[in-house]
Amino acid sequence: MASRTTFRDFRAGWSRVPLIGWLFGALLAVTLERLAGAPIAMFFGLPKIPALFGLDIMLKKPLLIPNAFLYVLLVYGLPMGIATRAGIGPANRLATGLFRLPIMVTTAVYIGFLYAIFHVWAELNDYRALVLKLTLIAVMFTLSLNVINGYMGEFSCSHPGFMALGAYCASVFSLGMFVDTRFFGTALLPPALGPFLFPVILVLGGLLAAAAALIVAVPSFRTRGDYLAIISLAFLFIVKSLIENLEYVRGPRGLSGQPDWANLPTVFLWTVACVWSINNFVRSTIGKALNAVRDNEMAASAMTVDTRRTKMVAFLFSAFWAGIAGGLFAHVLRYVNPGTFSIQSLAEVLAMVYFGGLNSVYGSIVGAVSISLLGEVLRPLEIFKWIIIPLLLILVMIYRPTGLVAFKDVDVTELFRPKTGPGDGV
Amino acid sequence: MSPNCSGPRRVRAMGSEMPVLEVREMSHNFGGLRAVNGYHLEIDAGQIRGLIGPNGAGKTTIFNLISGIYTPMEGEVLLNGRKVNGLPSHRIASMGISRTFQNLLLWRHMTVLEHVKMAHYSRIKYGLIGAFFGTGKRLREEEEIEERALGLLEMMGIRHLANQVVLNLPYGAQRRVEMARALATDPKVLLLDEPTAGMNPEELVQIMEIIRRAHREFGLAILLIEHRLKVVMELCERIQTLNFGEVIAEGTPEEIRSDPKVIDAYLGKESVI
Repeated sequence: MASRTTFRDFRAGWSRVPLIGWLFGALLAVTLERLAGAPIAMFFGLPKIPALFGLDIMLKKPLLIPNAFLYVLLVYGLPMGIATRAGIGPANRLATGLFRLPIMVTTAVYIGFLYAIFHVWAELNDYRALVLKLTLIAVMFTLSLNVINGYMGEFSCSHPGFMALGAYCASVFSLGMFVDTRFFGTALLPPALGPFLFPVILVLGGLLAAAAALIVAVPSFRTRGDYLAIISLAFLFIVKSLIENLEYVRGPRGLSGQPDWANLPTVFLWTVACVWSINNFVRSTIGKALNAVRDNEMAASAMTVDTRRTKMVAFLFSAFWAGIAGGLFAHVLRYVNPGTFSIQSLAEVLAMVYFGGLNSVYGSIVGAVSISLLGEVLRPLEIFKWIIIPLLLILVMIYRPTGLVAFKDVDVTELFRPKTGPGDGV
Repeated sequence: MSPNCSGPRRVRAMGSEMPVLEVREMSHNFGGLRAVNGYHLEIDAGQIRGLIGPNGAGKTTIFNLISGIYTPMEGEVLLNGRKVNGLPSHRIASMGISRTFQNLLLWRHMTVLEHVKMAHYSRIKYGLIGAFFGTGKRLREEEEIEERALGLLEMMGIRHLANQVVLNLPYGAQRRVEMARALATDPKVLLLDEPTAGMNPEELVQIMEIIRRAHREFGLAILLIEHRLKVVMELCERIQTLNFGEVIAEGTPEEIRSDPKVIDAYLGKESVI
């Protein structure tokens, strides 16, 4: 009993660290790793700097588990713990100052900090950068699916199809216009223009996905539940076999050689835009209409909610972001084939949505990050990876049927609020 | 939307004797069953009308037909002289026919405040741009809606529950949420489907007071389905009795009470059971 109280007291020491304090701590830790990570890793007898918080090493070489653990504690745990604790005062003063600025400015500062952490962390090796980019794309993809499956409560299986359309559309444009290829011929525009037109290309992919979403959205006016799930599954198959049989995009061989435009800042900014706009949408009364339609459609329409418009907007908006995620995905891997967007990828994204939490922006982030990282970390286990992740999912479904962090949207003003007590006089 | 709404109002202000809601010769079949036959109704602004009848007489079907959940097969529904039957139900609702449901159709994951805000849906002007990008216009509009919603909750005496999820509320409070939500659509006609179902005597008195208040403050025309005759007799000016989809008697509470057909169809047989 006594130890539990001590632990609570110990933890309470950090309860007043504002978000900016944590960001500073994390930035300090990743900077430390960048400067002194290699010698520390060598000191602990690790072959190289652990790429994913030591988890990647633990499974490959179980004997090194204590060493990896100590490394993580020394590089991440201690600096973050000490810096955040010691910096409560200044951090809160800074948070108060930032809080007084216009909300857009404050948000930009916080996002800048977050990006700095990602940048320093991912700079260390290419593997980290790739995992980070794919995780950010998974966040977009999961969140866009959550709009349908969580907020609107329909079970849509069509999302990998939307992603495929976005990926192929963006690839065709970028390969056809900016790259000399055997199948699309010579470049139509100077490649130097490419990075500037990349957002336009991505948006075109998103719009194609949104247009295709009409095929699922229109039946959703009359069909619900299982039947709509079947329709959306059929849509996924249609898209996949369409691409497989379309010689114009080289069928099952896929497209490769996409230009290297999807660097970390690009992917990060698109992810921020996606989270921001979806979070905005679901917090507005127009967005809450999704919940009303889910919980009782008849009551929604009796209370003036245009249910058809609501469903249409939800499907098109969600498909748009899935399409953007697809375009980025194709340009991160610089290769795309129809096999990527199969039932397997549907299962993965559904796992992320339901693991993280339905009807929840935080939940989508938690789900996408944890399943992506787990997928990477458990890679050494090969086939057993696909036993462990589903088992985890089953456990979550038993103990928290709506997912880990369900029903929680981001409220930036709550998030950025300085955590000052009554006696601080700030 | 607004020209449609303000037009008929102006007509009334000029002193026309047109009823707010008029239903002419409305009939509807479910398969081979004649659920409603030649139903007729006229309510003026500020009138409370009752609709009684044994179970399965077609009372709720009439509500569903007027509010557009079903489209009547024959007949017309006129709101301020404008034909509304055939329109989708959200359009009818935004034109001024609001309702509550017999079995409380609330949105179980939403808070009380969100319920009442949602009923302002048709009057939101910030559109999708505002919804996606969180413009200043949206902030202002959402604030206005919230203020109005809180005012309605205050009137219903449930303002302190504003941030509760409806699922956790006691039954009486849920009824009030539904009432506040129905009033938030800014109706001209309010259809109340058994507002006192499942209430204890104390809650009964409160809900009757709320109906009277809503009626007084908004000048609403109210059509009320009710099983408890005490409530209907006390609240309504005129009462229609329905049996097998047809109006068998219509009149003041006194007339209805003494009408042999009503006693036969409703009071006599049903109440003995």
